[in-house]
Amino acid sequence: MFARVVEKWLPRIVVMPLFAVSLFFVYGFIAWTTWISFTRSGVMPDYGFAGLQQYERLWSTPRWYVALGNLAVFSILFIGFCIVVGILLAILLDQRIRIEGAIRTIYLYPMALSFIVTGTAWKWILNPGLGLEHLAHQWGWTDFHFGWLVDPRMAIYTVVIAGVWQSSGYVMALFLAGLRSVDDEVLRAAAIDGAGPIRTYTSIILPMIRPVFFSAIIVLAHLAIKSYDLVVALTGGGPGYATDVPATFMYSFAFQRSELGTAAASAVMMLVTILAIIVPYLYSELREAGR
Amino acid sequence: MKTSKVFGRLLFSVAIVGFVAGGVPSAQAGGTVEVLHWWTSGGEAKAVGELKKTFEAQGGTWIDSPIAGGGGDAAMTALRARVIAGNAPSAVQLKGPGIQEWAKLGVIESIDDVAAKEKWDSVLPPVVADVMKYQGKYVAAPVNIHRVNWMWANPAVLAKVGAKVPTTWAEFNETADKLKAAGITPLAHGGQPWQDATIFEVVVLGVGGADFYKKALVEMDQASLSGPTMVAAFDQLRKLRGYVDKSFPGRDWNLSTAMVMNGQAGFQIMGDWAKGEFLAAGKKPGVDFLCVPPPGSGFLMNADSFTFFKDPKPGRAEGQKVLASEIMSPAFQRTFNLAKGSIPARTDVKLDDFDDCAKRSAADLAAATKAGSLLPSLAHEMAVPRTVRGEVLDVVTNFFNSDMSSKDAAAALAAAVKRAQ
Repeated sequence: MFARVVEKWLPRIVVMPLFAVSLFFVYGFIAWTTWISFTRSGVMPDYGFAGLQQYERLWSTPRWYVALGNLAVFSILFIGFCIVVGILLAILLDQRIRIEGAIRTIYLYPMALSFIVTGTAWKWILNPGLGLEHLAHQWGWTDFHFGWLVDPRMAIYTVVIAGVWQSSGYVMALFLAGLRSVDDEVLRAAAIDGAGPIRTYTSIILPMIRPVFFSAIIVLAHLAIKSYDLVVALTGGGPGYATDVPATFMYSFAFQRSELGTAAASAVMMLVTILAIIVPYLYSELREAGR
Repeated sequence: MKTSKVFGRLLFSVAIVGFVAGGVPSAQAGGTVEVLHWWTSGGEAKAVGELKKTFEAQGGTWIDSPIAGGGGDAAMTALRARVIAGNAPSAVQLKGPGIQEWAKLGVIESIDDVAAKEKWDSVLPPVVADVMKYQGKYVAAPVNIHRVNWMWANPAVLAKVGAKVPTTWAEFNETADKLKAAGITPLAHGGQPWQDATIFEVVVLGVGGADFYKKALVEMDQASLSGPTMVAAFDQLRKLRGYVDKSFPGRDWNLSTAMVMNGQAGFQIMGDWAKGEFLAAGKKPGVDFLCVPPPGSGFLMNADSFTFFKDPKPGRAEGQKVLASEIMSPAFQRTFNLAKGSIPARTDVKLDDFDDCAKRSAADLAAATKAGSLLPSLAHEMAVPRTVRGEVLDVVTNFFNSDMSSKDAAAALAAAVKRAQ
């Protein structure tokens, strides 16, 4: 009797503290932030309801539109290039080449660095006075110009370059695992039917590893939306605020300008964006699991 | 997701701070103060060390709470958390309109009795004294005055193109064109929003004069912000944009100072903290480098201060009084500012040991006080609250880094200020 009670309740008791902690620190603070976004809070939180004032303020701030535009450009290019580069690398590595292990490790290594290190290194490489351009000039190629980092219109693309360099190795690993899971019988059947290598990949293998695409996109999308450290290290949000993204916008309003309310409103907008991606994904996953 | 993480961390720091404060022994002879500040490196740390030494010499207990990072952002975050937790530090390195913001929340302690006894009103420039007061009562003690509108020049570089130190913006542009033709960067500048705003406010003062500066950047008068004088100021700023080198974005100010030092650049417009870089490299003022006011007259000041928070723990009120008195003592103002490179906030301190730039700064301060052209700096959080300052910085830095027209910039400036108010 006693044993059965323990068996029934012990797991719940063990999980309870963790559940309570995450309920409070994750969902509690999400609720708190949402509430703050509907108040007049400035330097200190103020709990009086003030309607949509902070959202009106947010959506009339030009800098917020710059941040959103940058997020769109960065997300699309970052996810797109990471997947294309990742697949290409994975397919090349899948050709049963020698020292594959070593090469795979080399491609995967950037993932071991933090975005801060990546950002700082690329800042030096791309700075026209220090890096590539300077080097080319020293080698006598004085017409060479590469000033994207200091050009407000192009700077966001340098963030894409650094991001792709960092994350495409990881995507490669995902796809390589996917490619290896394809049954050899299928490949042999395709070969017998006379499908060339390109046809085999585009019509057979890639459609078979469709779930890998989903995982890769979800992982990359959340990296893109919460990207903060890469931007801060690489451009500091500059030149001007040309490479601002919602996360740096939020930080700057909350901690540099004492505008908790507006910052909370921008945080809620980010949360909504993430939910828009995560919820359909979870829904489809759960439905499949339930089947 | 990110916000909840940040606030979680915040709550954690509150808990930690609570533990630390709880374990502190209670009152001693000269009282106890806990001082929250972000002066953690080089000359600044040394300057705070001087304050600690003087305070402890009075028999008091000094609890140091240095919080580095983000030019004070991290410290302000910690302060917010501690005030929410009802455990404010006794004294905080807090300046400008920030003092008023906190005072409005009713968490600031008045030190008016100390100020009245020591007659602070008679030794502080009125503009500085006003910043330290809330509803007519002193709540903060100033430690120094930095002059923001300085122009640092390399005389050897100027001699190369046969130019003198410019005294008007037209002369400046002429000299800069000559330097550019000679292959020298005319203006060493770092593209960070606060640095863009620093040269912006210097240009506004130079082009519009002290009264215009006051109306536009202190009182935030809509007509002045969008008017023709502001457009003219933006025109001059656009000219300056043409005089910086192309890898300026994101550069730190001290690297720009090094460019002037090495003869790569002719001028830098920066506050008097740039002097420390020259002196540390063994350069002599007047010989290896020149400190001159940029075109226009007036004095843009940036005064650091310690603000006193309500702290009911035993011995704290007493400690606050002792600290306030120590900060304003002539001896401390002298040693502190020798270490920090600024000038004393008290106007009656002997400046014999100070360098020529500091002496010039003090003389100009006295003249500007008389002429009514002593003005608070906007870029350095002395003129307007952080919310308004942030919006102004956005417009200025966006103008500096794009090809926006001066007219659009002035209109955007007025709109941005309205939004933040």
